[in-house]
Formats: sequence, structure tokens, C-alpha cells
Amino acid sequence: MSAPGITEVPRPDADAGRAVATPKSGRRRRRAASRPPRGGPVGWIMKRLGSGVVQVVLLLVGLVWLTPLAGLFLSSLRNDRDNASGGWWTSFTDPSQLTLENYTALLENSAITSAFWNTVLISVPTTLLVVLLASLAGYAFAWLEFPGRDVIFLVVVGMLVVPIQIGLLPVAKLFGEIGLFGTIPGVVLFHVAYGLPFAVFLLRNYFAQIPREMLEAARMDGGGEWRIFVQLVLPLGRPAIASLAIFQFLWVWNDMLVALLFADSESQPLTVALQQEMRQFGSNISVLAPGAFLSLVVPLAVFFAFQRHFVQGVMAGSVK
Amino acid sequence: MSSTAPARGAANPRRRAQRRRRMIAWVFVLPALLLLGALVLYPVFFSIGRSLFDASGDKFVGGANYVEMFRDPATLKAVRNSTIWVVVAPVLLTGLGLVLAVLTEKIRWATAFKLVLFLPMAVSFLAAGIIFRLAYEQNPERGVINAVVVGVHDTFTDSSPYPKARAREGDGLVSADGGYRTEATARPGQSVPLGLVGVPPTEVPSGAGPAAAAAAVPAGDDELRGVVYLDFTPGGGGEPGVVDPKEQGLPGMTVEAVTDGGGVAARTTTADDGSYSFTGLADGSYTLRLPAANFAEPYQGVNWLGPALITPAVIGAYLWIWTGFAMVLIGAGLAAMPRETLEAARMDGANEWQIFHRITVPLLAPVLTVVFVTLVINVMKVFDLVYIIAPGPVQEDANVLATQMWLVSFGGGNDQGLGSALAVLLLALVVPAMIFNIRRFRRSES
Repeated sequence: MSAPGITEVPRPDADAGRAVATPKSGRRRRRAASRPPRGGPVGWIMKRLGSGVVQVVLLLVGLVWLTPLAGLFLSSLRNDRDNASGGWWTSFTDPSQLTLENYTALLENSAITSAFWNTVLISVPTTLLVVLLASLAGYAFAWLEFPGRDVIFLVVVGMLVVPIQIGLLPVAKLFGEIGLFGTIPGVVLFHVAYGLPFAVFLLRNYFAQIPREMLEAARMDGGGEWRIFVQLVLPLGRPAIASLAIFQFLWVWNDMLVALLFADSESQPLTVALQQEMRQFGSNISVLAPGAFLSLVVPLAVFFAFQRHFVQGVMAGSVK
Repeated sequence: MSSTAPARGAANPRRRAQRRRRMIAWVFVLPALLLLGALVLYPVFFSIGRSLFDASGDKFVGGANYVEMFRDPATLKAVRNSTIWVVVAPVLLTGLGLVLAVLTEKIRWATAFKLVLFLPMAVSFLAAGIIFRLAYEQNPERGVINAVVVGVHDTFTDSSPYPKARAREGDGLVSADGGYRTEATARPGQSVPLGLVGVPPTEVPSGAGPAAAAAAVPAGDDELRGVVYLDFTPGGGGEPGVVDPKEQGLPGMTVEAVTDGGGVAARTTTADDGSYSFTGLADGSYTLRLPAANFAEPYQGVNWLGPALITPAVIGAYLWIWTGFAMVLIGAGLAAMPRETLEAARMDGANEWQIFHRITVPLLAPVLTVVFVTLVINVMKVFDLVYIIAPGPVQEDANVLATQMWLVSFGGGNDQGLGSALAVLLLALVVPAMIFNIRRFRRSES
């Protein structure tokens, strides 16, 4: 893959995905590269030694990277008194500190549980809507004729990097007038709108690669555009749609800024509920740490379940 | 007639079919376009317009909000911090990503490593914020980063066990330079007890023994000796200035013998019973000194969340999240590099460093540019991390454009004119990226 940038469309075998997802390719290549041995025994020893140093360095880096997450997890298993009196690492020597109490308390905390459901109610419809609207529009931009098509699409491309901040004030006013301010549908609509430029862009480029003959054959067979869209375009676009859906879902699941403004206390997602707990930071780690972990579980599950699509989605979506 | 009818009949349905196809096309794109128009395009123009009015929105003020932006100290600080972010974070991330990508090429568990580094990309900024608020905690007993910092610090410099010890007024010791010295001078052949108080019995080192026996030992002719002891009898009954039987020596205390001229003639450390002894001193009078190091406060680590370091601290959290991204993207570019070139260079005797900076980096330049530009765009909009990690009182020191826009518009500032101007500034800053995207797209299409 050359510079994987904005016009790059994810493919099932894109390197960014494979880099994480399949171990074999890298190993094969490395073995090929390390043969034949050169430089005599001294060079061989130096090389071995160097590789040992590299291994140790990378092992340390990996540990450093995992430590913050481990710290959060262990903190979430200790009560406030323990957290106040010593760091999470003291639970290595005193495992009796670890308890599930925080989590049972969290699940009985209706503010947190309803915020969790709000997060679901915001991110799932947003993802579905973005995928649906962007697939429709992407197909139209790629294969249907209508006046102004190319100009409009360029405007959409221009919208890719428009910062969310520009929409906060005007849309808040607009939603206030039509009664959407402070509601879940309002949050969803805002997310959909700001997710669309990238989604349309991605899917249009992917759909544009469908061979023309395939579509024409389907039209010859008398298929209406709707049927072609549902039976041909959507199935063919599945890899791109999967990456898009994962990226969009994570983006909205993890969002705090939009919900901070557009959601009221009834419709606020987990991120906002936890953000409000930050004011008492220090005295309520028993709520914050398990809450943060709760908000992490779903993205982490998505990450491990769909590694390749996840990486592709994040890579492609990083232009946002 | 018969020859034109089919033609017209054919033209009509064709035109009708075309109109119908257009209709269908509009049905496909309209939902998306309506949303984009109402919630993205319209706000752009609204914000530009709104930024030309005052806080209440009634009075047209022209460019006053844009001038105010660079006059208001809080906003100016946000501009400064955003500049630091944009300059520092993408450079560090690209560099770190490059180095790690090259190094992972050399290990067998590259997949696992990439997985670990990419993991934080799944973590929300809010959760990352909480994670790093915990990690940056000032108290080294609680914050893991300061625990490491203090651990490393204390391995290289000894910390004093007696930060709270002090001398009682009028018992022969006077304070000097943060430590204490004897008021009277002493000569070899004397034994001088040095009594301190203020050390809680629980903080006396566990090896410490009673000082009385050592205090009773007479000094040799050329010996200047004595004890440093805790002039406090647990349970009461002790006499100030006297080494009572139950009183403990203070081990590990540095004692200096200072000549009349002020030079340090000898230095020693007290034993477990608090005793010290100088032998071989030239005859003369000496002042005994307990230097300041004995009473140094323990090192408390770095105040990461204080006003001075808050921006670097938040950037650190940002690095944790994004390094995996840079590494995987650069790694993909690396995997696509022509292996033969590298092999040829190795054959010609180039070492790894030469290969890295003469071949790898130049060949990777396009990928590095994409990573860098992507990061610049993302860094410009950073909001949640700053908002979460910076504690209330230092929020203003950490502010970037996005948080300042929020605070000015909604967070108490309530100046939507200035807020709009800040939003427009953010938009203006990404316009180059916008043009870049459009150009690149048009080129790829033609």
C-alpha cells in the first residue's frame, strides 16, 4: 500500500488491516530477509545481541502501554479507602483489596445504568442511519445521474474536515426551535450529519469500483435501482460498510463533546454522566474507575472481535 | 407517420425514463443532503455571520471578536497552547511511530505488539482522561507515574529519614543553613551529645538502639565523639538536654566537624546507637554541624497536573492513544517498501543506521507526510482530553482552541459572538486540509 490516505478505500486485504490481523505474512518476510547469514560469527553475534536489545525495548514499551489500562482496572476493583491510601499496585501484595463491590454498586446506580442505555440508544441508531443514508447517497454519487452531482460531491469532500465546533451553536439554536434540543434524537441527528461526509465519501469511492458491466447486466435484467442497490451494491460493499460501521459506532460511543451540549440529564450517555463525576475526582474513584471500564468494555470487545475492520475503519476515518 | 411514430414513442418513454431515473437519484441522495445542508453547511455560514455580532447577538461589531481573540489573555493562552500541541504532538508521534515501526520489523511477536499499541485507539478520550488523571496523581503513593519518578530519584539520591527533626531551643544547638550546629565549640577529647526532637517514635529507624551507653563512653585523647539522639523519653520522665536511659540514638545522621575557619575538617555518619566519632583531628576547637541534608523533605515527585506541566502531561496521554495509529500506518508503508533496495544496501556494507536514515526515511516520506498531516488535523480539534485531565483550577492553563470555544460559548462565558469567531478560526485552520482533500480527490478521479 502506498501512502494510505484520504482517497484510499479499504479493501478486504488492505495492508493496514493485515499488519495487525495476520501474523504470517510478516514472519515469512522476516525469515526471508534474515537469510543468508552474513558478516561471519561476529556479525551474527552482534545481530543476535541487537535483536535481544530490541526485544527488551519493545517488551518494555508494550508494558508501559498496558500499565495505564491495568491501573484503571485494578483501581476499579478497590474501594475508595484503599484507593486513597495507596496505589493500585499495592493490590499485588495484598490481593484481598480486590472486590467486585464497585461493580455491583455501579449496576445499582440508576444514573449510570440509564446513561449506559442512552449510550446504546444513541450509538446504535446513529450507526444504522449513517450506514443507510451514506450507502444510498454513495450509490447515487457513484452510479446515478443527476444534475450537479459532481459539484455536490466535491462539497461533501470539502465537509470531511469541518470541525464539529462549527455546528454546536447554530444547531443548538435550530434544535431549540424545533424541540429536539436535549433529546436523544437530537444527539443522533447531529452525529449522523457530522458522520455523513466521511461515510458518503468512503462508500461512494468503494461503490465506484464495482464493475460497470455488473450493474448494466442487472439493469438489463430489469432490476429497478432499489433492487440493484439492495441485492447487488450492498452485498458487494460489505467490507467497506463493516469498516465504516465500526468506526462510526466507536466514534459515537466514545463521544463526549456532542452529548455534553445536546443531551439533557435524562438522555445523557455514559461519557457525560462520568464527566460530571469528575468534579469530585479523588473521592469517587469507586464510581469513576468502574464506570470508565464499563464504557471501555464494548469498544474493546469490538476491537478484539473485528480487529481487521477496526484497524481499517480507524485508519480510513482518521481524516475526520 | 408510421416511420415517425415509433421514434417519438421511443423518445418519450426514454425521456420519461430518464426523468424517472433522476427522481430516483434524488430520492437516494436527498436524505443525506438535507441533513448535511441543515446541520453542516448552514452552520458554517451562520457561524461566520454570528461571529460578526456581539455577545447578545444584537449589535454588529464587524471584526471586533477576531481582534478580541488575540487580546483576551485566556483566549491568547488557548492559541498559544494549541500552537504547542500542533508543533509538538504530530512530530513526536510520527517520530515514535517510525522508530517503533522499524523496530517491530525485527521481532517475531510484531502482531501482538501492534495490537497492544493500537488498543488505546478503542478507548474514549473520557476514559483515557480518567486513566491519566489517576496516573498523574501528585502523591507518589497513589499516582503510578510519580511512584516511578520518586523510585528512580531515590535510587540515585539518598533521602533523609528525619525531615521533621529539629533541635530544642537552648540545648546547645542553633540552626544554621537549614541544618544545625553546636553553639559552643569542642576539642578532641570531648564527648558532645546532640539532642534532637520532633521525630515521631514510629519514624525512628527500626535498627536504632538506646544512646545512653554510647554517650557514657569517654573520648580518647585525639577523639571527638558523642551521640545524636532523640531527646524524648517515651512515656515521659526524661530530662531535656540529657541522654536518658530510654532515649534512642538516631542512626544515619551526618555529622561534620567544622574548623574555626568554616572548613569541614571531617564528616561521619552516626551508628545504630546514634554515636559518632572523629579521630585524628588536629588539635583545636571545632563546631559540630548537622547539615541540612539530614532534614531534607522527601522527594515528592513531579507536579504533572500543575499549571506549568499540564499541557505536556495531556500531550503525554495523547501519545498513549495515537502512537499505535502512527506505528501501524507507517508499518504498512514499510511493508510495501522494496526489499531488494534494503538488501542491496546491506550487501554494500551499510549499517542499520545508514539504512534507516538514508533509505528507509526518504522512501517513507509520502507515508510520513500523510501521518503527520492527519495528526495535525486531529490535534487541532483535541477537546475531551484537555477538558477531562486538567483539574478545574488549572483548566485555564491547559486550554486549547476547542476547549476555549466551548468555555466561551457555553461554559459560563456565554459570549456566542466570540465563541463563533473561535469556531470559525478552527474551521479556517483546517481549510488547507480541505483544499488538499478536494485536490487530491479530483486528481485521483481524472
